[in-house]
Amino acid sequence: MWDGHHHPFSIARRAVGNGPMAPSPSSSRGEPSRKATRLDLFEYQGKQFFASYDIPVSKGEAVTTVDDAVAAAERIGQYPVVVKAQVQVGGRGKAGGIKLADNADEVREHATNILGMDIKGHVVKVLWIEVASDIAEEYYASFTLDRSAKKHLGMLSAEGGVEIEAVAAENPDAIAKIWIDPVDGLDEATAREWVKAAKLNPAAEDGAVDVLLKLYRAYTEGDADLTEINPLILKPTGEVHALDAKVTLDGNASFRHEWSEFEATQVRDEREQAAHEKGLQYVGLDGSVGIIANGAGLAMSTLDVVNQVGGSPANFLDIGGGANADVMAGALEVINNDPAVRSIFINIFGGITRGEEVANGIVEALRRVDIDAPIVIRLDGTNAEEGRAILEPHLSDKLQMQPTMLDAARTAVQLAASAS
Amino acid sequence: MSIFVDENTKVVYQGLTGSQGRYYGLLNRDYGTQVVAGTNPKKAGTDVDGIPIFASVGEAVEATGANASCIFIPAPGVKDAVIEAAEGGVEFIVCITEGVPAHDEAWFYNKLRRDFPNVRLLGPNCPGIISPGKCNIGITAGHIAKAPEAGKPAVGIVSRSGTLTYQALYELKLQDIGVTTCVGIGGDPVPGTSFIDCLEAFEADPDTRAVMMIGEIGGSAEEEAAEYIASNMSKPVVAYVAGQTAPPGKKMGHAGAIVSGGKGTAAAKMDALQSAGVKVGANPTEAGELMVEIVKGL
Repeated sequence: MWDGHHHPFSIARRAVGNGPMAPSPSSSRGEPSRKATRLDLFEYQGKQFFASYDIPVSKGEAVTTVDDAVAAAERIGQYPVVVKAQVQVGGRGKAGGIKLADNADEVREHATNILGMDIKGHVVKVLWIEVASDIAEEYYASFTLDRSAKKHLGMLSAEGGVEIEAVAAENPDAIAKIWIDPVDGLDEATAREWVKAAKLNPAAEDGAVDVLLKLYRAYTEGDADLTEINPLILKPTGEVHALDAKVTLDGNASFRHEWSEFEATQVRDEREQAAHEKGLQYVGLDGSVGIIANGAGLAMSTLDVVNQVGGSPANFLDIGGGANADVMAGALEVINNDPAVRSIFINIFGGITRGEEVANGIVEALRRVDIDAPIVIRLDGTNAEEGRAILEPHLSDKLQMQPTMLDAARTAVQLAASAS
Repeated sequence: MSIFVDENTKVVYQGLTGSQGRYYGLLNRDYGTQVVAGTNPKKAGTDVDGIPIFASVGEAVEATGANASCIFIPAPGVKDAVIEAAEGGVEFIVCITEGVPAHDEAWFYNKLRRDFPNVRLLGPNCPGIISPGKCNIGITAGHIAKAPEAGKPAVGIVSRSGTLTYQALYELKLQDIGVTTCVGIGGDPVPGTSFIDCLEAFEADPDTRAVMMIGEIGGSAEEEAAEYIASNMSKPVVAYVAGQTAPPGKKMGHAGAIVSGGKGTAAAKMDALQSAGVKVGANPTEAGELMVEIVKGL
């Protein structure tokens, strides 16, 4: 009846809500080209999101001060409680950001220690206080989009609580996957077969089916890119319950949801925040050549070329299809505020937007913004010659023009090197 | 010849009465595209610069014989617009609109496959398609594209990235290489038309002698295209993959990493393409030069 890995109903009262959390490696499959439309939720927001779809989560409250943490624990009225740092990075348990408290004094002690703690560069500003759960077994459940199959992918495993990527690598059969046609959705019979295929404890079957159907509803109706529960727990009393919540929402769907609270708490560095407020697609990097390009593909290509000629980009910045003075001035301001920038490479390809419009935009932007670093422009495409003629009288040591992307990259990289 | 669209393609613009739809619809008409109708249920019976407006795609098809549609509807209305176009009877739908929710895309992709298997969707979030000298649907600047010349080999372009599509057209024009068709498939999670769909059509088109493919990091579309090329393409393919040095994006939880496996990086994509016999340029210019070499040898 049991799969041998778990003792039936062995009670593990743990302070670590997320199981032994593995560090979250930075992804190598980033997509800066897409607009920054993903909304990553904190655990407490994910649990509120889950609760709105009737997925069972632990009773708890989000707080920002020590006094509120104690008051929240008292309101919950049932010890022990777990004091959990709210940061969007793995390894918070190991870092001491998750503690069990048996009474109000311990809540005060842990909250004092955890608030303000720096976990891998993420400063803890919010705590989630929740009632501690008795755990019989730990599972894993998630829904996401399989772009290759063009279907929704559900993953369920009896081996939850650990890093699921390790399970996938070492024992892929331990993850039961189903592909769901969005037109059909997920029905109860399919969910039940799936739970059986994942070899969950039969005692968890009804509860797991219920949670999975609700989680699928949260994923689809809630316009999530990802809904993930790790661990999904079976309690000794038989209930199935989400002990953690990892939710990423599709910002493109914000027009049909009330997500302003989630949008307000997105974590961005200062440069990214400033760019975001100007409506620019910006990703901060560590180099010294500031990049402005129109179009995500061209901006990525610009990073490639700068690297290929031996430089290092300070940022990714896509100003979109047009390149009028307002947008260009805003982009230059953002770049100008980055103290690491030693030169600026403006790479514009005119399509529908004509070269002379682009050139006039650049000239007007330069009139408005006082730029410190030297600028190299590559302007090509529609009416590029007319555009270059407009820029010609403004050229100087601080403003150069180069005929090709490669030439411009070389010049910008040389300027950055000689300035540092 | 060209693929998907040509001089006989008659296009109805969904959203022709909006500012973007009007601007690009009229530009496309100026290029020579048969822009035969627009739709807007509230403005049926009126016209946009002489182009008649109908209440629905179905009515436009009946009255004008339109066989393609181009969608400039804002993102919240795209799901309904795609289905309206398919039900209305067009065979080819180009959706320019960006910012369409991923769940809507996944839904109408599968809905079309099931209920309208003969309808091809291009996009959403794409620059459109141009068969130079014949038909231009979308936001590509027509004059940066060179039409094929009689007696000279021409090539096809398929691209995931908007501005790099223009860059590719322009590089080939500078090299005096004509283009049969340039397809911008867009970079959204569930594109209606894939690299493979386009490669298959280019392989079957006698006038297309080689193909330039522009990829991007993320997903596994380039790896899948490489597999297809290795076993199905007789024509030479040149590729560029943008984002070789792009910063890592936000991680989409563990589920996303499992789905992608080792795929998704520019290096993995370039390796896969090279293994399939594709000539891969380090940047768009180099890809253009590689294509010049190939065309010389044709």
